[in-house]
Amino acid sequence: MPGRSPARLDVDRLIDDRRTRIIVCCGSGGVGKTTIAAAIGLRAAEHGRHVVVLTVDPARRLAQSMGLSSLDNTPRLVRGIQVSDDLTGNGAGSAGSLHAMMLDMKRTFDEIVEAHADPDRAAQILANPFYQSLSSSFAGTQEYMAMEKLGQLRRADEWDLIVVDTPPSRSALDFLDAPQRLARFLDGKLLRLLTAPAKIGGRAYLRALSAGFGMVTGVLTKILGTQVLRDVQTFVSALDTMFGGFRERADYTYQLLRAPGTAFVVVAAPQEDALREASYFVERLGTERMPLAGLILNRVQRVSAAHLSAARSLAAAEVLQAAAPGRSGSGRSGSGRPGGPGHAAPPHNGRSQPGAGDQAAGRQLTIAALQLHAERMAQAAAERRVAGSFAAAHPLVPVAEVPAQPEDVHDLEGLRRIGESFAAD
Amino acid sequence: MATRDTDWDGVRLHVVTGKGGTGKTTVAGALSLALAAGGRRVLLMEVEGRQGIAQLFDVPPLPYAERRIAVGPGTSSHPGGDVFALVADPESALIEYLQMFYSLRHAGSALARLGVMDFATTIAPGLRDVLLTGKAAEAVRRRDGARGRSYDTVVMDAPPTGRIGRFLNVSAEVSDLARVGPIRGHADTVQQVIRSPETVVHFVTVLEEMPVQETLDGIAELRAIGGIRPGGIIVNMTRPLALPPGQLQEAADGRLDLAQLAIGLKAAGLDDSHELASALATELAEQARTALGQDEQQRRLESARQPCYRLPWISGGIDLAGLYRLAGALREQKAA
Repeated sequence: MPGRSPARLDVDRLIDDRRTRIIVCCGSGGVGKTTIAAAIGLRAAEHGRHVVVLTVDPARRLAQSMGLSSLDNTPRLVRGIQVSDDLTGNGAGSAGSLHAMMLDMKRTFDEIVEAHADPDRAAQILANPFYQSLSSSFAGTQEYMAMEKLGQLRRADEWDLIVVDTPPSRSALDFLDAPQRLARFLDGKLLRLLTAPAKIGGRAYLRALSAGFGMVTGVLTKILGTQVLRDVQTFVSALDTMFGGFRERADYTYQLLRAPGTAFVVVAAPQEDALREASYFVERLGTERMPLAGLILNRVQRVSAAHLSAARSLAAAEVLQAAAPGRSGSGRSGSGRPGGPGHAAPPHNGRSQPGAGDQAAGRQLTIAALQLHAERMAQAAAERRVAGSFAAAHPLVPVAEVPAQPEDVHDLEGLRRIGESFAAD
Repeated sequence: MATRDTDWDGVRLHVVTGKGGTGKTTVAGALSLALAAGGRRVLLMEVEGRQGIAQLFDVPPLPYAERRIAVGPGTSSHPGGDVFALVADPESALIEYLQMFYSLRHAGSALARLGVMDFATTIAPGLRDVLLTGKAAEAVRRRDGARGRSYDTVVMDAPPTGRIGRFLNVSAEVSDLARVGPIRGHADTVQQVIRSPETVVHFVTVLEEMPVQETLDGIAELRAIGGIRPGGIIVNMTRPLALPPGQLQEAADGRLDLAQLAIGLKAAGLDDSHELASALATELAEQARTALGQDEQQRRLESARQPCYRLPWISGGIDLAGLYRLAGALREQKAA
């Protein structure tokens, strides 16, 4: 393997350290963030922590396994937590607890409005068409609300560890940027410009005019039409009292993310594009001075017979193919024999009939095993290569590997198995 | 153009969606190459600003301009056609829109300073989508004098499955917001293209629970919206296991005959055959369990009753050669 291997990310130490209060799992879409977040939460609970996992979009069966059936913004107790074996000896072996919740972004947004405006005004905002579109479809709303929920959970102080699964954004950075962007907009110059005519405020209005107010509304009218602009203006004037609130909340969450006790875990699959996103993210966290714990490399290909190289394995398969009577093809195309996975083995495979048939079946099985092994070795090598490039660029980032699971993970047992790969070797 | 019997003859806008990690951009790229075979001009369009096309085709980052990036595979009678690429971002699309319809040539920078661009392209719900789908619709309809249509086919690397219904149903989305007005008019024009029989939406997936579920949900969503035509399901990264079917279940259950395997290994000239046999059986068992799970997901996909295509897993990452291989596989299966 080229280069030195990076330091190992010790997830167990992270979750056993009581000072760790927030773990944020981030990474690009499709790398298994939700599963990793759930596995970290479960392992921490089984190590005695009182944990809540905030998920955004879990697979249905995974959600069910944690007792979540709907997006209802309510932390639910997950049943079936055990005290971890490796803890029973050290005195601290008391059971923790695990709660899990799914984010309802619209409801979270509604709650902020209700908390910050008097009932009449809140009702006015909630009924505004522009607000309704904004709260249910703005691409950054989900990110903003996830961070808002994180802030709420932290303030509630009912759990000693919060594990957050970030929204499935196009880029891993969205959840850092979107809250700021939305807060900037809600709190910003443009909205003040738009509302200026509604409150003839003397100098403020004049300044707005000189900043090109006429041109701005002119263009917006051209793009959106007067109706939309009117909706926006009503929305903004109703929201007026809340402006400070939005910025304050976004700032609070941002500070929370930088505070000691927060740890970012970047999740990536060992593929080029996922690791490229991970790289951007690691660099960005550095710029923002946010605490990076390390990288979790998920779905790493494991091989059981590492000493047999891909080349030797394929060569051996070819030897067997060449020896097969009446076969000249590659043997790669599988089998033309009828019968699905559930069917019984063909009769000549029975152990009571040793001989040529038995030998042929054994040969085919061996060829399949050798070809599969060669494929796995090649994949493992490719994965090591891209992981090696990441490590070369970020030598100080500790890395933990989670082996690829043969099946989809959708129960606590599966999550526990992933958690076990966090244990020190 | 000589007609060829594919499943999507006559389609001029191929929208490609898929869950993150399923290889949506790769498949969109391979589909563009496949469609360019036989001399057709294809535009491959990216809308999420991640420069995935540039990385895929190994070219420098692409601007908001149509650039030729590749040539489709030739056939005996026709050389391959050109594949152009365009990275559409909502800001540039907005400026272009303002220029085209209102001659607001220099408004862009002033608007940006005041945060209007931010508002219009990232915050005003639906507007961003209308600008991006609008660009695709424009490319589909564009004509240039001598050639007739500027492009025979447009392929769009679209947002992920979870957002595709909303993304394409722009007219409804904008009409919630704008009942009248210019953007509404624009949205209606775009919608005519999206809802024409010449537009289909392909779903890229891998045989795992979550992507399959999202594919089924996405197809159901399009059917519920009505008027937007679901296309093929493209199962990516398949790795068939060359095991006799009867032995798949045995392997998954860890009931393989190790002695048989050891004899086979010995015959192939490998030492330590007993130890090796048990290590290889472990690998076979894992892969067989994966394969059985994939069979189940494949059956779930078939319940959607859309044409299904399979693309092989390409070891060691996708390079240009791999991309042409995938394009070939799409053509063989009549997806293009």
